[in-house]
Amino acid sequence: MTLAEEKQITAPTPRVITTKPRTSDKIFRAVIFTGALSSLVILAAIAIFLGLRGFEILAREGLSFITGYEWYSSINSDGTAGEDPSVYGIGAMLIGTIITALIAVAIGVPISIAAALYLNFYAPNAIRGFLVGVIDLMAAFPSILFGLWGFNVLMPSGEYWAKLLHKYLGWIPLFDVSTPFFSRSPFIAGLVLAIMIIPIVTSIAREVFSQTPLDRIQAAYALGATKWTMIRAVVLPFGYSGVVGGAMLGLGRAMGETVAVFTVLNIIFQANFQILLGAGGNVASLIILKFGEASAEEIKALMAAGLMLFLLTLVVNMLADLLVSRTVKQGR
Amino acid sequence: MTENVKPSSLASVAAANANRSPGKHALGTGLEARSVHAWFGKNHVLADVSLDFAAGTVTALIGPSGCGKSTFIRTLNRMHEFIPTAAMAGEVLLDGRDIYASGVDVTKIRLKIGMVFQKPNPFPSMTIGENVLSGLKLAQLKQSNKEELMEECLVRAGLWNEVKDRLDAHGGSLSGGQQQRLCIARSLAVNPQVLLMDEPCSALDPGSTLRIEETIRELSETMTVIIVTHNMQQAARISDYTAFFLADGHPGMMIESGPTSEIFSNPKDKRTENYVTGRFG
Repeated sequence: MTLAEEKQITAPTPRVITTKPRTSDKIFRAVIFTGALSSLVILAAIAIFLGLRGFEILAREGLSFITGYEWYSSINSDGTAGEDPSVYGIGAMLIGTIITALIAVAIGVPISIAAALYLNFYAPNAIRGFLVGVIDLMAAFPSILFGLWGFNVLMPSGEYWAKLLHKYLGWIPLFDVSTPFFSRSPFIAGLVLAIMIIPIVTSIAREVFSQTPLDRIQAAYALGATKWTMIRAVVLPFGYSGVVGGAMLGLGRAMGETVAVFTVLNIIFQANFQILLGAGGNVASLIILKFGEASAEEIKALMAAGLMLFLLTLVVNMLADLLVSRTVKQGR
Repeated sequence: MTENVKPSSLASVAAANANRSPGKHALGTGLEARSVHAWFGKNHVLADVSLDFAAGTVTALIGPSGCGKSTFIRTLNRMHEFIPTAAMAGEVLLDGRDIYASGVDVTKIRLKIGMVFQKPNPFPSMTIGENVLSGLKLAQLKQSNKEELMEECLVRAGLWNEVKDRLDAHGGSLSGGQQQRLCIARSLAVNPQVLLMDEPCSALDPGSTLRIEETIRELSETMTVIIVTHNMQQAARISDYTAFFLADGHPGMMIESGPTSEIFSNPKDKRTENYVTGRFG
């Protein structure tokens, strides 16, 4: 017999609790709801626009739009159709986009983590303030300048590093090249992108690391930890999920970046997994490359390509959310 | 907490406690604080505390909140300096050597002088077993028979029987009292000479408190224990010596120290008497 039965209590139905908000509260609510909704509306509007414009090409090409490697517009600039039918496939561009973005993350994220750890745990106050300012400035830096600098300064040294990689690690298929042409490769585009994502990933990692509970840090030090062993045992497990989230944001930015990649990448319509070879693909750069001289039909194809890029970033962000929510319980 | 406790009963608890013989296997020659001062910025929070902690004894630090007890205990293993703007003066001698001397490896000091905090703080990303042995990893110590050490530490902390079947569970899955004993076991794994405890039972229920007090009594056979407590009964039950701290508008100072039975039965200072009899604080 339970206590409730003993005392002969019958459970009533729960009351419905309501609150009547004030008018001012309702107005405020409406205003902030509009704000919250606007991003969704804009995003949906863009997706619908791209979908409507690109639908014709998507329907015609079908799956081969994302698996095909050929991009050929038979419409001449004077509007007359050529002899061969147009073919639109962005497979190589999608692969290239993912490859360059992954290179950027592989290079940029470790640097960002190192920078964040230094700023949070090692840097003297004066240096910290200065460096944080510089990194924030870097985030606001126009991307065309990254591209110009990448083309003129980073590319020559990037080529040199690429040759070194090829010479010593060429036995790994990734670092092999079929012809010794190292200029304007996905590797170099990835380097430029890495530099561009460092500010955002660093500031996210810094924010996450700074949230590490002080009592755990102290517990580690009280056990005779050095700074490095403390970071390994306490800060990194705690910050893991947040850093993964930051890396994914970086990945998203790297996939969507246009101008800088366009400046340094040699765009070729074939799938290339040799990252040191000067032949790559990038959806965003494709759009810039073709947009100026495109026929009406090709414009539609470019819209469809834009829609694919949009979906790709959406999928990456959803995967990131999944990854973060799965790992968030551990280490917290 | 002490209002309904008659001073005579506290004194008798302390007297009963005084009969035990501490320090049979004591390590080292104990810890000495010499004229320790502490500041946070310009705020002078602790003035001129000199106190000896003989090896193998339990010393309780008592006093009202804000009197500098916690600050004092944190100067004893150099945790004080983690707070920005914190400063100290004076000397803390472990086996006769100043732990603040230049050239001293602070990580080695903290290995010899362990600490248990007010709030249980096991590492949540580690299992129970990993938590116990975390000090070895953090201090980069080599240890051959880890299983044995893990069991020994958990037994000494009075936790073995409760966790022996789930050493792979996460530290956060334990109750508060168990977590605190896990933290004690973790401190023991690096074999400290001195164990500092900053109100280790303040967040725990009476049952867990009792278990930890038993643990402290057992530990004092192999190490020096210094414990900050707001619980007068606890100080009387477990400590050999008691030091009373008071701030009173000035920097915190040590008013009186001596054998626990004397502090509770026959304090020399009026303020000590007022505090231990529950007239203030």
